[in-house]
Amino acid sequence: MRRTSLIRNIWLGVENLLLHKLRSFLTMLGVVFGVGSVVAMLSVGEGASAEALAQIRMLGSHNIILSSVKPVEDEQSSTVHSHMSIYGLTYADLERIASSFAAIRQVAPVKLMRKEVRLHDRAMELRVVGTTPEWFDLVPREVLAGRVILPSDQQKLAPVAVLTEFGARKILATRSTIGQNVRIGGDAFEVIGILRNETGSSASMQIPDQEVDVYIPIEVARRYYGDIIARRTAGSREREKVELHQIIVRVDHTDHVESTAVGIETMLNRFHTKTDYAMSVPLALLKQAEATKRTFNIVLGSIAGISLLVGGIGIMNIMLASVTERTREIGIRRAIGAKRRQIVVQFLIETVVLSTFGGLIGLGVGVLIPFLITYFSGMATVVKWSGILLPLSISMAIGILFGLYPAINAARVDPIVALRHE
Amino acid sequence: MAAPIPSDSNHDIVRLENARKIYQMGTEEVRALAGVNIAFHKGSFWAIMGPSGSGKSTMMNVLGCLDRLTSGAYYLDGKDVSRLDDDSLSELRLSYLGFIFQSFNLIPQLTVQRNIELPLYYLGWDAARSAQRAKELAEMVGLGGRLNHRPTELSGGQMQRVAIARALTNDPQIIFADEPTGNLDSATGEQIMELLGNLNRQGKTIIMVTHEPDIAAHARSRLHMMDGLIDRIETETHETDQPYQEHLARR
Repeated sequence: MRRTSLIRNIWLGVENLLLHKLRSFLTMLGVVFGVGSVVAMLSVGEGASAEALAQIRMLGSHNIILSSVKPVEDEQSSTVHSHMSIYGLTYADLERIASSFAAIRQVAPVKLMRKEVRLHDRAMELRVVGTTPEWFDLVPREVLAGRVILPSDQQKLAPVAVLTEFGARKILATRSTIGQNVRIGGDAFEVIGILRNETGSSASMQIPDQEVDVYIPIEVARRYYGDIIARRTAGSREREKVELHQIIVRVDHTDHVESTAVGIETMLNRFHTKTDYAMSVPLALLKQAEATKRTFNIVLGSIAGISLLVGGIGIMNIMLASVTERTREIGIRRAIGAKRRQIVVQFLIETVVLSTFGGLIGLGVGVLIPFLITYFSGMATVVKWSGILLPLSISMAIGILFGLYPAINAARVDPIVALRHE
Repeated sequence: MAAPIPSDSNHDIVRLENARKIYQMGTEEVRALAGVNIAFHKGSFWAIMGPSGSGKSTMMNVLGCLDRLTSGAYYLDGKDVSRLDDDSLSELRLSYLGFIFQSFNLIPQLTVQRNIELPLYYLGWDAARSAQRAKELAEMVGLGGRLNHRPTELSGGQMQRVAIARALTNDPQIIFADEPTGNLDSATGEQIMELLGNLNRQGKTIIMVTHEPDIAAHARSRLHMMDGLIDRIETETHETDQPYQEHLARR
């Protein structure tokens, strides 16, 4: 069997398309926009989810975070003057959690309070975090200067404080401040280190640390400030006793995160009659975010897919018209000896060349859009290889799919009738 | 029932035996060929004549492997081709046959050279050899300087010359000419007929459909058709043909 080479066929197709440059270009536009929107949408979606995933990873995928929450019942009864509400996680809870689960590697208790921190004549209200050296493993942040709290500080009940970059700047503390004293709520603490802040915390996901933190040993915090916090709100005086505000638990393996979380919950429920704590599992959030990302991609993908479909239909429409217009040419080719299959191939290649070329241009547009979005709005976008190859192969497939019908129509033309066609 | 075919049938380039072609036009049956028996020798030059509806175009389409018989047999160069499929008929057209049409039927967007090369494209020739062949043929029909022109830039006579060059590209056994001078003035028509006559003298079999007696006079034999049957045969050259054709026609 005689074969005409693919390259000559493609060249023939390109030549034919170049005869009608404007028409070919307009036909291609549908695919250009289709592929462009697929690439752009996928990269925006990818970027958004990458940002969300990065935030969740910051929480630590091995961690379980328990937080004290003021129960609803207490909220209602707080109209009573000088009522003291007692709720939240306790030192006993910490002991129980730390000793009951084999999978738990580290546990960091957290006591939170707001205190004025003063260096010389600069003062600033910061969040004082009373915690143990484990905190710095569970919430790893770069040490800019000095050191973090050590077990020895803990044992000696040393009044030491670690500032954050942000807090340090607020009270005009620098590297040279290390070794000097700051006053926290009137008590003197020695500044031993400064940590870098992790920015980009969002309201929906509570990262354990804040930029206004100052870290002190938990035992020191307990001795100095006790467990009872007095607050004045709208004229009423309110006191509450919370032993621990947070407990951060690290598990040895991600496989054990869920079972340990369930175990802790079951155990805590036995001792807590009210729901005065909340549990957040970053891994669960991570999984949820991944599921959301998948849904997001499906939705965006379908929208873009529809525009690709419309582009394909546009191509098919033009090719059908082209077949009618070129009936006589088809008749001539058939009379000369072209087989049906060769006519199919000729028209199919024209469509595939159109759609593939459109796909390539669309790809350029689709890569440019996320770049511009990132440049102007600062929104993260990620262009992945799969996000490029997928629409490109889809555009080729569209050429074949939507080219096949017009091409078969072309080959069906009866040469005798076609030769008489005006 | 059928009488034996005389021995010189070996020289027949085409032979129809009891050829019928029936079209269904709505509920009506149209018998375009109503049982035709005919044989043309290799190297002959036939004009098929007759009023419209006489079946001459159908005859041409069947002989040109563009159409298939409803019943009967068609031998092309001794081989029965009446039951071949579409691909095989395409292959026959590509290898053995050349076509010239009344309306030239050049592809308007292709240059003269590309039009002449067209059969070679399907024969799988490479570009360089094809270009060389197209150039030779264009020179032969006197259009050597027009290779890069488009058909729309040519006169009718020139277009028909391109069509003849294209019909010769595959070095065919038979050239079919369907009213080749129908769209040309008489002087140009004469030139085209001269070209065809020369090709016949070089040994090409030519089968031409025409309704103009002046044009038909250029052929060496004439076949008159009427109502899907052979009405009359005139042959000038091969006198021995006469009884053979009559023998075929009687069957």
